[in-house]
Amino acid sequence: MAIQGIGRVRAHQTQNEGLVFEKSSPGKKAYKLPPLDVPAVNAAELLGEARRETPAALPELSEIEIIRHFTRLSTWNYAIDLGMYPLGSCTMKYNPRVNEFVARIDGLADAHPYRPESLAQGILEVIDLLQRCLIEITGMDAITLQPAAGAHGEFTGILLVRAWHESQGNARKKILIPDSAHGTNPATAAICGYAVENLKSNADGGIDLEALERQVDEETAALMLTNPSTIGVFESQIHRIADILHAKGALLYMDGANMNALVGKARPGDFGVDVMHLNLHKTFSTPHGGGGPGSGPVACKAFLEPFLPTPVLVRRGTSQVSESRPGAPGELCWEYNRPQSVGRVRAFYGNTGMFIRALAYILANGPDGLRQTTEDAVLNANYIRKKLEDVYELPYKTASMHEVVFSDKRQAAKGVKTGDIAKRLIDYGFHPYTVSFPLIVPGAMMIEPTESESLEELDLFIDAMRAIAREVEEDPELVKSAPHSTRVSRLDEVAAARKPVLCWRAEAKA
Amino acid sequence: MRYLPKSPAEREQMIAAIGAASIDELFEVIPAEYRFARDLDIPRQQAESEIISYFRAAGAKNATDYVSFLGAGAYRHYRPVVIDSLVQRGEFLTSYTPYQAEITQGTLQAIFEFQTMIAELTGMDVANASMYDGSTGAAEAVLMAMRVTGRHKAVAAASVHPEYREVLHTYLQHREMPTALVGYDAETGRVDLAALDAAVTEETAAVLVQSPNFFGVIEDIPAIADIAHKKGALLIVSIAEAVSLGVVRPPVEADIVSMEAQSFGVALSYGGPFCGVIAAKEQYLRQMPGRLAGQTVDKDGNRGFVLTLSTREQHIRREKATSNICTNQALVALMATIFLTVYGKEGIRELAEHNLAKADYAAKTLSAQPGAKLLFTGAPRFHEFVLQTEEAPAAWSKRLLDEKIVGGIELSRWYPELKNATLWCATEVITREQIDAAAKVLAAAPVEA
Repeated sequence: MAIQGIGRVRAHQTQNEGLVFEKSSPGKKAYKLPPLDVPAVNAAELLGEARRETPAALPELSEIEIIRHFTRLSTWNYAIDLGMYPLGSCTMKYNPRVNEFVARIDGLADAHPYRPESLAQGILEVIDLLQRCLIEITGMDAITLQPAAGAHGEFTGILLVRAWHESQGNARKKILIPDSAHGTNPATAAICGYAVENLKSNADGGIDLEALERQVDEETAALMLTNPSTIGVFESQIHRIADILHAKGALLYMDGANMNALVGKARPGDFGVDVMHLNLHKTFSTPHGGGGPGSGPVACKAFLEPFLPTPVLVRRGTSQVSESRPGAPGELCWEYNRPQSVGRVRAFYGNTGMFIRALAYILANGPDGLRQTTEDAVLNANYIRKKLEDVYELPYKTASMHEVVFSDKRQAAKGVKTGDIAKRLIDYGFHPYTVSFPLIVPGAMMIEPTESESLEELDLFIDAMRAIAREVEEDPELVKSAPHSTRVSRLDEVAAARKPVLCWRAEAKA
Repeated sequence: MRYLPKSPAEREQMIAAIGAASIDELFEVIPAEYRFARDLDIPRQQAESEIISYFRAAGAKNATDYVSFLGAGAYRHYRPVVIDSLVQRGEFLTSYTPYQAEITQGTLQAIFEFQTMIAELTGMDVANASMYDGSTGAAEAVLMAMRVTGRHKAVAAASVHPEYREVLHTYLQHREMPTALVGYDAETGRVDLAALDAAVTEETAAVLVQSPNFFGVIEDIPAIADIAHKKGALLIVSIAEAVSLGVVRPPVEADIVSMEAQSFGVALSYGGPFCGVIAAKEQYLRQMPGRLAGQTVDKDGNRGFVLTLSTREQHIRREKATSNICTNQALVALMATIFLTVYGKEGIRELAEHNLAKADYAAKTLSAQPGAKLLFTGAPRFHEFVLQTEEAPAAWSKRLLDEKIVGGIELSRWYPELKNATLWCATEVITREQIDAAAKVLAAAPVEA
């Protein structure tokens, strides 16, 4: 491939790797149980007809084969640890290794959720400190850590909105959602029983205040707003937005997906937000892990606190505890007696392992580190914007925060689309940016570098993007058929969906 | 700050390149009155060694050296070392959702293997890439059944995990989808079939049961399926203890299985992250929530994997999506996949049989103590059992704790009618010595006048 070599190296060769089932042969083992120290039982006798007759056809391999299988698979992935991963809206920042270390500490990793609270004070103190840090960072009054991910947080937040409106006598009927929003927002509103009403963005990609004023009425429960927006722009009229909503009794929900632009620099609680969710796997560095687990805490103002999911963490000897249970004053405990609560959104207390990691990140940063992190994230995005705005179309000229959205307008004239440019970035050793989102930008290229990129890595990325822009002019086919350097070439997604093959079947082997 | 890869000079260089006077200029778009002018009131920046000390102290405060007979939806099993070695590879740990298939074949193939193993274990045709956990998975399964059948009522067994039922209620409360609760047979602990038969109507979308149920009792799935199916309702079987499938017959009569796969190599971690998963008969595939990995070919005919059928999902379908789920539990599903590969076809059965044996010994030994008896003896169990004592559990719990043993959990918290009844669990990691020690403490009730 005749592309300029900028900082790229060829990968080592390894053997190809089939499916784990194809490597199985009967009698191989990777486990050994200790001798049974109680009398063996006859499963057929104990279980009768409930006994499994045909064993599940799980693979049979030795330990070295398992290590090699999954290690080889891992080498087919791109990852933050390998290079820049500028997926807009996803905040692919460095995942500190001490987070992983502390999440596996004895006493935390092996704590059963129903152990007596007297034996769980250590983990409860961790949860309590994280809650207090997140309340301070968001400027809100109360929080629940129960939601398992961002969309689950949205669900919880809108349930709070609904419960509050019901307590005022009318649940109301609709949620306003800007056309630039994440798909989870309208999906969430629908699940909570609300009609979704679209709010068209203004010429700057922000909220159109006149349209908002027209559309907010006595049946509007809330506006779900991402701030900074999905084009990376801070809603400078945010308080006006809140005022318009509040004047009609509607609430302001903030999708905290882009909180990495604000931590230590501005607080949603100060600019009129009533309820919001955070993504610990974005802003607070817990790993994405190939799609999860996440954690989606929901922070709210005091008037929504009575509706938080049960249980909530409280300290004995304070007015928050409704009942007297055995235990020392000052001990933390779970309070279940919450008559106005929206109920549970998940069993137990949330993705606790993620709480530990997020707190480790906050402690590693402190107030100065978090502020510097935000500044660097915004600096990196603006640097990329400055260095690419002459070759890629910038649909909105408004000042960027932590991400910048270009469009493929100029390249599309040559028949090359945002998706092609994204695939070509792979050949240059980078993960693509977010493709075709937000929907208000045709051919969107959404770039979020995060604070974790050095100047050197940013310059390599910029060089790659500029080189691709040149290729579009000189040899568009090269870009349209990318990637050229990967283990597999472009995959047939249409065939995958037309006749789905979702499981391996033994007969398919022949 | 040690995670930030820039020198002060480089920052200045970049600010100059942008043409800004200072970093503050980049934040001027935020109205001055909302710019945060002070330091956040959070702990100061800590050294790595301090962070480790803080969490070690928290772990120690939790008390680590207790024997535990707790189960109830969160199970302690041995976790093979290779699981953490492999999931901590940065290529798995720090990769995003595999939307760019060419550079995420590792994650995609691992998901495909996970889906295959879950389908095989549960006796279903297809399985998704994961849900948040067993509780939300069960609620999503009920919503899925409502989409499939076009009906709007559900029937749930009282023997489903109480917290799963609470989550179900939360999910359904604003949808005008009433849920009827069906009780359990006092002798067997199984779903009361006559009551179920009466509760299921032509309007019922789904019957939700759990097996092994919250009392550890294995339900009569074929009989329950008959009752559901004859009225045209779907049967959803929730499985909170996945290891049971090594020795317990899979619920092949079910239409949807919602499983919590935490037992497959996932740490207890005070209740999360765990790993839900939904499996189903193939004809319901298009109503399934969550991500799916599918096999396909590349331009050159090589086998490869992609995320597929995404027109069900929120990023395409928005308010008409099957669910709002986006992030799932991918890395935890990878743990489960590795666990199942380590144990394999023979190992998962042997492991399940060890659990069966430990629990059988524990149930017999504990119930042989004066004043103690087993409830629900009329039906098969896996590794949990309900013990009823004459002495109040609060009293013997305290004596057990003095011996550094955490006994069973009191059921009256959720089932007021089950007085002095506790739910015990004995997995393969419990030893005979520990069971005998617990029995001795139970037997040592102070003699009262």
